[in-house]
Amino acid sequence: MDKISKAIISDPLVDNNPITKQILGICSALAVTVKMEQAVVMTFALTFVLVSSNIIISLLRKGIPGKVRIIVQLTVIASLVILIDQVLKAYLYDISKQLSVFVGLIITNCIIMGRAEAFAMQNNFKESLYDGFGNSFGYGLILIIVSTFRELFGSGTLFNYQIIPTWMYLEQGGWYVNNGLMLLAPGAFIILGLIIWVQRTYTHFIED
Amino acid sequence: MELLEHYLSLATKSIFIENILLSYFLGMCSFLAISKKIEASIGLGFAVIFVSGVTVPLNWVIKEFLLIEGALSWVGIPALTTVDLSFLSFITYIATIAAMVQLVEMLLDKFSPALYNSLGIFLPLIAVNCSILGASLFMAERGYTFGESAVFGVSSGAGFALAIVSMAAIRFKLKYSNIPDGLKGLGITMILTGLLSMAYLSFSGINL
Repeated sequence: MDKISKAIISDPLVDNNPITKQILGICSALAVTVKMEQAVVMTFALTFVLVSSNIIISLLRKGIPGKVRIIVQLTVIASLVILIDQVLKAYLYDISKQLSVFVGLIITNCIIMGRAEAFAMQNNFKESLYDGFGNSFGYGLILIIVSTFRELFGSGTLFNYQIIPTWMYLEQGGWYVNNGLMLLAPGAFIILGLIIWVQRTYTHFIED
Repeated sequence: MELLEHYLSLATKSIFIENILLSYFLGMCSFLAISKKIEASIGLGFAVIFVSGVTVPLNWVIKEFLLIEGALSWVGIPALTTVDLSFLSFITYIATIAAMVQLVEMLLDKFSPALYNSLGIFLPLIAVNCSILGASLFMAERGYTFGESAVFGVSSGAGFALAIVSMAAIRFKLKYSNIPDGLKGLGITMILTGLLSMAYLSFSGINL
């Protein structure tokens, strides 16, 4: 793999992260991070859709008329999302119930439209494939960090395994109480805000 | 009278208690991008109310008479009564929304150029606003009736409009505060959204 391809994959991980830097795909990053399990499944679903849509759009890019390109992109993305939704319903029914509308909302997830529009429409098949993987990993990284905090502090578990010892809990005679705010919407917003702060301090990016 | 009361409580619930943006995280991308300016936020807010108020009941009609199992029985062909097209729901909903946005754009351009110019750039963006597709998906998941879906469409749009206008007002005041470099822009907006959503949580005590 040459240098440019490596840069295409590694750049979206930290420096040009889709969520914290490009401000794409925030809805689902917040909504599916209550449990790590959901976050991992969502990352796989998004990786599949993003990589496939990037490949398909980049192969079709010369045949798509500029005026109707949004509709074409939406159709490609929606078909891929139907595919992944049916697979999840068949093999991971419980998680697909928990994710509820958010699998369907991958269609309007800005990362996919954004990468199709900004990258796959101008670049060839191979680069779009790498870009798809790079951005999915960047998205997955943030999802996993946010969900680690939310699950550990909100329910005391990770991947549904008890991490905080049960004897520490108040009901068992200890002193510890789970932070219920982490399970609610404000916890997600604030954790993501703090992660953005850390990421931007690290990369020295200042928005004005 | 009872029906009116039911609709009113549904509207209150979807504007305040289960605000589509602050508790389901839908429409974050445009929320973060547009809330920099108050006028633009008001314009986008009204556009979202209108489009979601039209598309949710329209998608209800499509769902009831075309997609769900047995929906095609009105055609009168016996073979069609067992057809279940609900796996096509994502692609039909997004097509309805895209077509509706296009239609609204053309109508506004023809009959109210002033409003069209003030909304101009935001209208096409609404097609990929998660809150619109999300409202349709929630409508399908919760099994609303036609009346309920019309009320839900308008009031979830109103919830979005309320959230984006209040955030624009907060960000207007924020210009005069001294924020750490890394938090400027996106970071502080996320944390503020968290605080705003915490304020909306206080509505959850209301028993309807």
